[in-house]
Amino acid sequence: MTELVPTRKAYGEALARLGKENQNVVALDADLACSTKSIQFGKEFPERFINIGISEQDMMGTAAGLATCGKIPFASTFAVFSTARALDQVRNSICYPKLNVRIVGSHAGLLTGEDGASHQAIEDMAIMRALPNMSVFVPADSVETNSIMDFLVREFKGPAYLRLSRKGTPVLYDSNYRYKYGKGTILKEGTDLTLVACGSMVHIALQAAETLQKENISARVVNISTLKPLDTDLLVRCANETKGIVTVEDHNIIGGLAGAVAESLSELRPTKIKRVGVMDTYGESGKPNELYQKYGLTAEKIISKAKELL
Amino acid sequence: MMKTNDIKTLQQISCEVRKDVLNMTTKAQSGHPGGSLSATDIIVCLYCSVMEHDPAKMMDPDRDRFVLSKGHAAPVLYSILSRAGYFPKTELNNLRQVGGMLQGHPDMNKTPGVDMSTGSLGQGLSAANGMALAGKMDKKDYTVYCLIGDGESQEGQIWEAAMTAAHYKLDNVIAFVDNNNLQIDGSVSDVMGIEPVVDKWKAFGWHTFEVDAHNHSEILSTITQAKAIKGKPKMIIARSTKGKGVSFMENVCGFHGKTLDDAQLRDAVSELETNNSLGAEINAEEVSQ
Repeated sequence: MTELVPTRKAYGEALARLGKENQNVVALDADLACSTKSIQFGKEFPERFINIGISEQDMMGTAAGLATCGKIPFASTFAVFSTARALDQVRNSICYPKLNVRIVGSHAGLLTGEDGASHQAIEDMAIMRALPNMSVFVPADSVETNSIMDFLVREFKGPAYLRLSRKGTPVLYDSNYRYKYGKGTILKEGTDLTLVACGSMVHIALQAAETLQKENISARVVNISTLKPLDTDLLVRCANETKGIVTVEDHNIIGGLAGAVAESLSELRPTKIKRVGVMDTYGESGKPNELYQKYGLTAEKIISKAKELL
Repeated sequence: MMKTNDIKTLQQISCEVRKDVLNMTTKAQSGHPGGSLSATDIIVCLYCSVMEHDPAKMMDPDRDRFVLSKGHAAPVLYSILSRAGYFPKTELNNLRQVGGMLQGHPDMNKTPGVDMSTGSLGQGLSAANGMALAGKMDKKDYTVYCLIGDGESQEGQIWEAAMTAAHYKLDNVIAFVDNNNLQIDGSVSDVMGIEPVVDKWKAFGWHTFEVDAHNHSEILSTITQAKAIKGKPKMIIARSTKGKGVSFMENVCGFHGKTLDDAQLRDAVSELETNNSLGAEINAEEVSQ
């Protein structure tokens, strides 16, 4: 059986590892360190860990102040809080001044499950993507999370949003994989159509592609792990080489991956696009897999949308 | 600009800064003169007497920092930064102009010497705490100064930051409330009262002081006392007058975001100069006695 690892777990481990490597790495959390997994860093480096309590707005401002002094702050909490709750602080104290803060949103999407709609961020990518200066990272598995974390500490300058999931998802990449900024990856070649997915939906897109293969439909699967800046070269290539695109995301179909792909391709190389995602509605409490079934975040839904393109 | 503790000199600088504020906002026909004038003497004391800073070493990690959380008082900061040599004084003529370095609210990437971008109220104290935490981590002995407005104290984030500074014992934070009791829609006590403001800060774990925001010597001696107190952040409640120094602007709510016309500017500058020379004479008498 495939190993299931939550991306938040990979985040916690990478943060602690990179904390050892770079003394300027600082972690902040808003009383969710055990959930976001920043607690591991907190245990190893208590002098560089700031639990700010349940005050996300103050956390973002404090992270901004730390960044002005050369620190590399990772400010983590649930994605609903790190994006919507503290949006003005992210905008005015971090993004506008281009400060080196890494905003981490764990528990993104319906995969959050039982906590229900109040805790399921389905608009965070749309919000963060709309901010000038912001880069948006959505790892598809634990290996990619780890590699993106390397990039965020060792190379990247500027504000970043990292979207993570609560529940375990299959490990898709082998350990040699190295993330490249702004580059999507083709996980499966295909000639009829392209499934463009991100985050926790990438492995489901791969399942859909396998099923389509059995019906002699060749589906390419692309992982967009940098929602911004978007790999438009790769998307144009897919638009040129296949008959259409299905976007697949655990996020509202408005403004996230679907929005980004449709905006760029309608300008650069118009093609048919179908969207799989949360259909502009809030979620509810339930087991993650049950919610995925109920809200159409499934291989079956991807397959039916794919067939509409052919 | 040489650092000085000479009160007469500081008063003279405050007069010049007030004239700058009125000149630049009148020229721009835009900006916030009232709250700039109430904050002038505190900011003059900080940059001309208290803070360790040097335009030749702008990014010095050991420098003291200042966060103007009430970012709409930017004209005061711009005046003092230009006088300190961070950028040419001629830039003051381009306040709020397209392509200019002096934005309506402070921008740390556009304006040399600005330590933090501010403007959306309630956010500066959190940033000041972050700078102070970094100072503690790096075992540096710089001080972070922060100026918030009394109307701004209605923002919830101010009180989140108040808890953070006390919890982490940030004794390298010295903050001021510019307590002029006026905000855009009226008096602070009418719109959303903040009293008892001293008790509030005390209850949040801060060491508090009260000063006359326009008495340079009181401001300086209070900062000296504040620096000596260890183990907790310090809040100086500065009782100020909005529009201070220009009689027809003082305590007039309308001058929060309204600028002067040319005739008003002439009257205002003349009043500031007259009062300053009178003040200088009084000081001279005091010295000679």
